Amino acid sequence: MSLLSAKRLEKHYGHHVVLENLNFSVEPGEFVTLVGASGCGKTTFLKMLLGTENLSKGSLLLDGQPIPNEPGPDRGVVFQKYSVFPHLTVLGNVMIAEELNSAKLLGKSFGAAKRRAIDNARARIDEVGLGHALHKYPHELSGGMQQRLAIAQALMMRPRMLLLDEPFGALDPGIRQDMHGLIARLWQEQQLTIFMITHDLKEAFALGTRLWVFDKTRHDPQAPEAYGATITYDLPISQDQPSAAFKEALHHGCLQTFTEETFS
Amino acid sequence: MKRLINLTPPRGGRWLLGFVPFLLLGMLYLSLSNARLAENPNDRLLPTPATMAQSFHHLATAENVRTGQIVLWTDTFASLERLLIGIGISALIGLVVGILNGGIPLIRAKLSPLVTVASLIPPMAILPILFIAFGTGEASKIALIVIGVTPFLIRDLQGHALRLPDEQLIKAQTLGASSWQVLLRVLLPQLTPRLLNATRLALGSAWLFLIAAEAIAAQEGLGYRIFLVRRYLSMDVILPYVAWITLLAFLLDQLLAWVSRLAFPWYHAGEGDKS
Repeated sequence: MSLLSAKRLEKHYGHHVVLENLNFSVEPGEFVTLVGASGCGKTTFLKMLLGTENLSKGSLLLDGQPIPNEPGPDRGVVFQKYSVFPHLTVLGNVMIAEELNSAKLLGKSFGAAKRRAIDNARARIDEVGLGHALHKYPHELSGGMQQRLAIAQALMMRPRMLLLDEPFGALDPGIRQDMHGLIARLWQEQQLTIFMITHDLKEAFALGTRLWVFDKTRHDPQAPEAYGATITYDLPISQDQPSAAFKEALHHGCLQTFTEETFS
Repeated sequence: MKRLINLTPPRGGRWLLGFVPFLLLGMLYLSLSNARLAENPNDRLLPTPATMAQSFHHLATAENVRTGQIVLWTDTFASLERLLIGIGISALIGLVVGILNGGIPLIRAKLSPLVTVASLIPPMAILPILFIAFGTGEASKIALIVIGVTPFLIRDLQGHALRLPDEQLIKAQTLGASSWQVLLRVLLPQLTPRLLNATRLALGSAWLFLIAAEAIAAQEGLGYRIFLVRRYLSMDVILPYVAWITLLAFLLDQLLAWVSRLAFPWYHAGEGDKS
């Protein structure tokens, strides 16, 4: 059975249709990258996976069950910013995941439970290369280090899937390269299922095993809100370069401007 | 020539520059005082510093013949006790209600309008009600401080809780936090330094309410003393008392600031170099 599947999934706010006719199924271990012009519903889609937005029509199933309508430990998330808690150190930020689950009343562990939480957290922190900054607060870390911390924190819960909303959008190109290496390694080592929104088509091709392009297929100039976006291209990515045919198709499709923006 | 906003005073001179206005005010007072005393040596309105020091020393050391108490310390302890109990109760209520209002929409919908309206009632206007309800003892003075300060604290904390990025609340939930745990581990630690900050700002009003309540009905207290000696035009007592109250207020304010910086270094990270 597939991990996540959607059938005629639709999302609208009043008469404003954001997403329509989404059909897909995703297997465990896939790395799906989501691209598309700004405001075409990528983030709304991610919020539906998270459970902070309800779906309007159709079905969205996680492990065969309707996806819960609030965030939960089965779906980890890393946002572009504000992903970590400013009042906790690096260690505290990662430990809190285990503490919340072992100490229901206080949300804080003591004694042996605390030592166990520290050990587990340190393992996660070492994986993302922050072992030297255990007792620093997020404001003392660079943007890249903060995102590493956010990833370590999200992976503490061993989520069924990891949702990344432009996680590297605010980082320098050099740092971004390092982060690509990190996320690719973690994805392989821990067999994660990842959904990542990005504005960078190269990033989408480099990291993903599957690329989704969000765009509108129908457009009514009299009522621009009448039709929503859908997944116009759903392509498997081999580790080769994208085929010339695909680039051609992108250029001829309604995605012309977007493609030019990112490829040029 | 640099723009005015880019000109900074030299490091060493900063302290001195801050001192200049005080010096000027002091000199102004001295010259006015001298002028009045030259005309009439028994003038009571602008006493010399020596007279004030003498009166203050007397109040701070001499035991009252009847009660055996030293006036200044009795007044100070009485006032500080009322102020600290009042502020303590306000802070506690403010924190609890602020967190609940800020974190739980169902509670906010019920309480928020009430808090907004309550914060607009002028506390001094209901002081008579407090005297009627609690008598003229300690309870009514503490109640005045609590009623005057708490709504402000609640509104400040609730606003701050609502300004916390949604991402943090979502993140906590994806780590498995329950509602209670979100309040306890995300909102509480982030609102506590904010509470200290808001309490610092509220201290001014708290002193106002305290002195007003003491002026109307009390047996001892800093505000009571000032209003008592006003009948005798004793500026030599009033002025040192005002300076003493200012010093106490300043020390309390700095104490809260120091605790906040020490306990919540991350909260003060965004603050630049304060000159």
